Amino acid sequence: MKAAHEGPLTFAEVQPNDGLKAALARKRPDVIAEITRSGLRGRGGAGFPTGVKWNLAGAASGEEKYIVCNADEGEPGTFKDRVILSQYPDLVFEGMTIAGYVVGAKRGIVYLRAEYTYLLPQLESVLAQRREHGLLGHNILDKGFDFDIEIRLGAGAYVCGEETALIESLEGHRGEPRNRPPFPVDTGFVRRPTVVNNVETLAWAACILARGAEWFRGFGTEKSTGLKLFSVSGDCERPGVYEFPMGISIGELLEEVGARDAKAVQIGGASGHCVPRCEFHRTIAFEDVATGGSVIVFGPQRDMLKIARNFLEFFTEESCGQCTPCRDGNPKLLEGVRLLEEGRCSMRYLRDLIALGETMRVASKCGLGQSSPNAFLSIVKHFPQEIMGRTPQAV
Amino acid sequence: MGNHVTANQVQSRAPRSQQRQAPPVSPAPDAIGGTVSVEIDGKSIKVPFGTTILEAARQAGVRIPTLCYHEDLCVAGVCRVCVVEVEGMRTLQASCAYPITQPIKINTHTRKVRQARRHIIDLLLANHYGECYACGRNNNCELQALAKEYGVDFFRFGHPEKPRFEIDRSSHSVVRDMNKCVLCRRCIRTCIDFQEVGVLEAIGRGDQTRVTTFLEKPLAEVICINCGQCINRCPTGALRANDPTDEVWAAIDDPTKHVIMQTAPSPRAAIAECFGLPAGTPLTFEMNTALRRCGFDKVFDTNFTADLTIIEEGTELLLRLYKALVLGDKTVALPQFTSCSPGWVKFIEHFYPEYLDHLSSAKSPQQMFGALIKTYYAELNNIDPKDIVSVALMPCSAKKFECNRPEMCDSGYKDIDYGLTTRELAKMISEAGIDLPAMPKSDFDDPFGTATGSGVIFGATGGVMESALRCVIEIVTGKKVEEFYDHADIIPVRGFEGIRYVEIPLPEKLGPVIDLLKPLVPNWDWLAGATLKVAVAHGTANARKIMEDIKAGGHFSECHFIEFMACPGGCLGGGGQPIPTSPEIRAARAKAIYAEDSAYQVRKSHENPVIQRIYGEFLTEGPGGHKAHKLLHTHYTPRGKYIS
Ligand SMILES: Cc1cc2nc3c(=O)[nH]c(=O)nc-3n(C[C@H](O)[C@H](O)[C@H](O)COP(=O)(O)O)c2cc1C
Ligand code: SF4
Repeated sequence: MKAAHEGPLTFAEVQPNDGLKAALARKRPDVIAEITRSGLRGRGGAGFPTGVKWNLAGAASGEEKYIVCNADEGEPGTFKDRVILSQYPDLVFEGMTIAGYVVGAKRGIVYLRAEYTYLLPQLESVLAQRREHGLLGHNILDKGFDFDIEIRLGAGAYVCGEETALIESLEGHRGEPRNRPPFPVDTGFVRRPTVVNNVETLAWAACILARGAEWFRGFGTEKSTGLKLFSVSGDCERPGVYEFPMGISIGELLEEVGARDAKAVQIGGASGHCVPRCEFHRTIAFEDVATGGSVIVFGPQRDMLKIARNFLEFFTEESCGQCTPCRDGNPKLLEGVRLLEEGRCSMRYLRDLIALGETMRVASKCGLGQSSPNAFLSIVKHFPQEIMGRTPQAV
Repeated sequence: MGNHVTANQVQSRAPRSQQRQAPPVSPAPDAIGGTVSVEIDGKSIKVPFGTTILEAARQAGVRIPTLCYHEDLCVAGVCRVCVVEVEGMRTLQASCAYPITQPIKINTHTRKVRQARRHIIDLLLANHYGECYACGRNNNCELQALAKEYGVDFFRFGHPEKPRFEIDRSSHSVVRDMNKCVLCRRCIRTCIDFQEVGVLEAIGRGDQTRVTTFLEKPLAEVICINCGQCINRCPTGALRANDPTDEVWAAIDDPTKHVIMQTAPSPRAAIAECFGLPAGTPLTFEMNTALRRCGFDKVFDTNFTADLTIIEEGTELLLRLYKALVLGDKTVALPQFTSCSPGWVKFIEHFYPEYLDHLSSAKSPQQMFGALIKTYYAELNNIDPKDIVSVALMPCSAKKFECNRPEMCDSGYKDIDYGLTTRELAKMISEAGIDLPAMPKSDFDDPFGTATGSGVIFGATGGVMESALRCVIEIVTGKKVEEFYDHADIIPVRGFEGIRYVEIPLPEKLGPVIDLLKPLVPNWDWLAGATLKVAVAHGTANARKIMEDIKAGGHFSECHFIEFMACPGGCLGGGGQPIPTSPEIRAARAKAIYAEDSAYQVRKSHENPVIQRIYGEFLTEGPGGHKAHKLLHTHYTPRGKYIS
């Protein structure tokens, strides 16, 4: 276990640019094979195998390809990408350069969350240094490979973290998710093959090339290998950014952060799941409770309905407004929570809302709508006594 | 004679989130992997690689309901009504947007699917303000139909009790009631992608999402060209035409008013659809009877002034050519553009104002008629023009704007008082208890009852061009068009291809100048052996392609005459026509129009005896003469690119 506020993370121990040097010294398929062997899966939340993604983009036809670093970090309760960007930006750029090398892209774009604008000058100066040191630009490390990175700013929409909405936004359109397939790996930015990776994914990729796939596989579980950063917040003694191996149990994690009396934890941010105390033995891994890194702890005093309301208010505002289940479903769930708070929601209507939540999960166009009912559904499932039977208020 | 050229396909202007992208690699259908087998509800079929699930299901005879999908438009995949279950996938897939690239098994009505669809419909209804029985789209509403299909018998998630938006009635043509909007975004895609105008866009996120205009201005203040294509594709009553039927009834009910109706060619080829008959059932003469029964005092045929338009516009073209080619006048603008589509006119006023001198100054048939009714006809019949109420039945919503243009008062009165759409007339006819298809036939009234086949085909894309060519070829060569084109059907300018380019070589030996034109040109020698280059475009997206080509000094800048129609298929696909619309429906209407043309004895405008008479006794200085200029010609207004 490593806490960012207590000491350096693994990222600090990896020699900068070792990964890049190692990658450029090898053939592209070898580099992809190394990443695939490491078992690295996307750290942005969906957990798509990074090696597979790079391979698909590499195999896609077309001369012009792009590497996009998703630095939109909009998930409530997530702030680990901010730590990486401010403390280990070289690793991220290195990861992008390696990705560029293996898929055959010449341009990389960092889509930086509007709220992180203050990081821009620092990031720009790191890019400038890298150009000076021959780590970016023309003929990188004399290997005849050209690659450069530019930074673009978002404008504050959560949905723009979704990779196709992000691409729309980069192209100057309203940030709305596209129909998939086709996926960005073959039809992405300006219709060219594009790799979209999370900040942390790219940093780990650089580490893996520096230290080898076996090193990475040494951590975590069979299906969820390696280390992972967690943004821990809420009712705990020591909130902050932590590094844990994948597969850690929720209980262990809570122990580390000083949250022994937690009643529930929200794993995966607003779009994640609310795990009650009785399930704290479960593990954080793609095969069990998946997360992009957000862990929000709820102490015994918390009102679970308020939590559900808070998340649903978020989604009611942040839905891109494109598709019916998400745009119109979230306000209905929110209304339902208000009814529950007022003790005016019938069992029958609650069942309708649960069914609606199921519909939203399967029928929404993108991950936002598909995951937006999760918190509501898990709270209703796990805390029925707490949410039902409130005293009706005078209307 | 004639060859076809299509301008390069420009990329759609709609955001890609609102489009289905082409699948990455699309092998030829006969190549390995060119076809894919799919199983839909247990039926196995083979489809070309990249076919959507929806297309495949239609092929397999399986119905999947849709809402945001429209055959004319790029795919958005936003309403989610068409979701289906694909075996092995956790989430449901929007069948309109999902390209089949590998063998899959699809189930279109599992419990999950039915429940999802029902929820989606419930949610749409929960945000759709209004009651069906107080709506212009009652019985012709896709939301209502879906609710019925899915057995909605209560509002599961409630129903709005109060409107959220003020109704925008600012436009003469289009009324927007966003309280009825279900955010399918067909109007947006129609405007920006299909028509390439770009008035409408979604703004706001989440539950604040709404469709609106630039800076949320009223429609009358933005670059809306009034084509009404969005109305034709709105699934609900959120968009409708500005309806003057109450005023028209009031005029009919007023015994001091002499109420005249002129009817354009396209409504008669389409109105049957409003009475449950198939598209392409012409009801021209039944409609005349119905109009009289409704109480109109006279029923005239707009085709008459279509013929007049041909004479005026054709003369203008020949004069432009004469001035440019013989007199060397460098100020003459060529190619000449047609000006009878008011949607197109407003389009060019907004987007290409520097080309306004290319527009023929001839008014549209509707407005020519208006000016003549309150002058020539009033004099002839000794009626005070102030007592005449002149109504035009048009397939068009832009005609409502056109008749309200301030310059359209050349008779000293408002030349046309009201523009009625096909849909609105159908409503009046029903209201009068008339069963239109069962009406006996009757003819148009004199003196403007005589028209030619040329006037009729104005309704179809290429029709104005064909009529003009029939006329110009005969006038210039002194020979019958039939000597060049069988039955005087100038086939190369017909069809539905978005842009058509045709070359018409003129013979070496040309005819004498006819009396009507003698004051204008001495002879045709200067046209001997020349090649007339003409083009036809329909839909403003195609118009834009030609205009961009002309701007770049391309191939179309060498044309002499170009016909532009704002609407797909020409007037027959106008924004005032019955809903729904689709390529097949428009093709059926076109067929009816060309059939009517063939049935005419006289098929060339200059042979219309009433035209000859009107130049003899009223417009005595001939085409383009002083009086013709005052009554039959107009001017245009440059407008902004962002606001009106
Ligand atoms: C609503 C929504 C928001 C998202 N926000 C982010 C984000 O802020 N950062 C991120 O890296 N991925 C985000 N994602 C996931 C991305 O779509 C995408 O899966 C990810 O960037 C891929 O990178 P990875 O494979 O490296 O994780 C979001 C997804 C959804 C549906
Ligand atoms: S699920 Fe929500 S965010 Fe995603 S496309 Fe639909 S409305 Fe937009």
